[in-house]
Amino acid sequence: MAFPMAVERWLDVARMDELARQGTPVHRIDARAQTVTTLLFIGVVMSFARDELSALMPFFIYPVALMSAGRIPAASLLRKLAVAMPFAVAVGLLNPVFDTRPALALGPLHVSSGWLSFLSIMLRCLLTVSAALLLVACTGMQRLCEGLVRLGVPRVFAVQLLFLYRYLFLLADEGRRMTRGIELRSPGVRGVRFRVYVSLIGHLLLRAMARAERIYHAMQARGFDGRIRLQFTSPLRLADPLFVGGWTLFFAVARVWNLAEALGALLMKGVG
Amino acid sequence: MHMADALVSPVVGGTMWLAACGLIGHSVRRIEASAKDHLVPLMGVLGAFVFTAQMINFTIPGTGSSGHLGGGLLLAALLGPHAALLVIASVLTVQALFFADGGLLALGCNIVNLGFFPAYVAYPWVYRVIVRGRYGAMRGSVAALAASVLGLQLGALSVVLQTQASGIAELPFGAFAALMLPIHLAIGVVEGCVTAAVVAFVARARPEVLPVADAEPVRSLRPVLAALLIAAALTGGLLSGWASSLPDGLEWAIARLSGTEEVSALRGTWHARLSAVQERTAVMPDYAFRQTPLSARPDGSDGASAESTTARADAPSALPLGTSVAGVVGGAVTLLVISWLGFVFRKWPRAV
Repeated sequence: MAFPMAVERWLDVARMDELARQGTPVHRIDARAQTVTTLLFIGVVMSFARDELSALMPFFIYPVALMSAGRIPAASLLRKLAVAMPFAVAVGLLNPVFDTRPALALGPLHVSSGWLSFLSIMLRCLLTVSAALLLVACTGMQRLCEGLVRLGVPRVFAVQLLFLYRYLFLLADEGRRMTRGIELRSPGVRGVRFRVYVSLIGHLLLRAMARAERIYHAMQARGFDGRIRLQFTSPLRLADPLFVGGWTLFFAVARVWNLAEALGALLMKGVG
Repeated sequence: MHMADALVSPVVGGTMWLAACGLIGHSVRRIEASAKDHLVPLMGVLGAFVFTAQMINFTIPGTGSSGHLGGGLLLAALLGPHAALLVIASVLTVQALFFADGGLLALGCNIVNLGFFPAYVAYPWVYRVIVRGRYGAMRGSVAALAASVLGLQLGALSVVLQTQASGIAELPFGAFAALMLPIHLAIGVVEGCVTAAVVAFVARARPEVLPVADAEPVRSLRPVLAALLIAAALTGGLLSGWASSLPDGLEWAIARLSGTEEVSALRGTWHARLSAVQERTAVMPDYAFRQTPLSARPDGSDGASAESTTARADAPSALPLGTSVAGVVGGAVTLLVISWLGFVFRKWPRAV
């Protein structure tokens, strides 16, 4: 059963929540500003030509800055990245196979453009995935959903996200108890048989639906009339537009000029 | 089969985002119009249920591999298409944000692939048509099997099309499709069996929670039209990609997707200007790659950008050593500087 890994992933989700409750300057930035900046970052990174490498390097400063200033441990991010990479690696690994034109000459070493684009895919994967993870680690689900509503996302969808997130942990615990029960009752048996699996999932489903009913009754008892009310607390501060503007400026500059190559040329001029 | 950010171009990702926003907006309107208050907590808890169910695997007899529930069709069977789409979209969003499954740019693609096809195509056009509110063993199994196979095949095909239209992965269309479709045929069969068995279980234990025959008339034409539109846009982009020798996915996708003069005008202005600025301000003229002097180029036309991309793609062997070395050295130094800055940043908030 693939459960032990899943449990680890689970603990990591709880960990993200903890990380999001810190009070660093990054965490004080409005969720709207962080969402917009993250989306912009991902869009700009993905807009480069497909075999671009050096021009992508300066963009690492965004995740690194958030990670350091927001005190997000690199280890937990890297673990998640390792989980996220396989699909992109599998598809990207075929690039060197199908595209063997030589593209880069480093002395005697010739690198094909397929390898370049593969490396570029890996870099983009690192950049975009870490940006998305850092968005949550620096805002947290509650603030993020508030921000989304204020950015125009339908209330029903934002509330759905919040509900889903809130009950994730409860149902995951329930699922864990159930699978532990099965493991204890069937020593020496590897995996779950289909029939057992179906009744396991079926019971989990019935329990989930019964829970939803109880929640609904509790909501009704507190006067729920079908309208969802969210409370917004944080007003925009001066730092928020500065955050968006500053990063936008940097992304624009790094998109237009290849800063890394310029630096390399400068250094080589100095040496030679 | 989550689409990854790193394989999606901004144009494809953006288009799919728009499509996903339209889908979510549509389903939100339909849910609000239905005025079923109890759906609010039910949708949330069922989303969490799908997560949990995906963590539990069963062994597939005789193969040594294991399978688990995808959940799209099951949600549609329990909640109806609109609520199911919202739940799937929320599950995918949380997966993208917390587990780095898929990504934010690819989120639209994933909502279309894993939400739209099971909830708005397979459910109303196959599942409901076969089941008709009667959950017999035979009928339910056939319906679930057919619907989930169709939903997953369409989803897998859509992944291939999106990857092709993005032009970042080099995989040929035929090979990728020949890889993805059979795999997802198998996944679809497993998914269909699980869905059928779980629905049958619920029908035995609590039949009242399943939607009865023709409780709500579905099958409005709008989602189908939307699907056709998406397919047309994708295919258009794809075909033009084959016809064009330019490998830059972004440029031809922009040109084909909107295909109007405004776009070429746009390219003529900002894109060309951007690359013109890029060339004029190159810090390292000795190392920069210039086959023709700047003055020889038609000023302001999109020739500049097209030329530079073709030059890079088609004549890479002419690339002088200097540029690549500058790029490698610069890239490495940049990474070093950024990681050093990371340590500095880490110290800094503590002082504040």
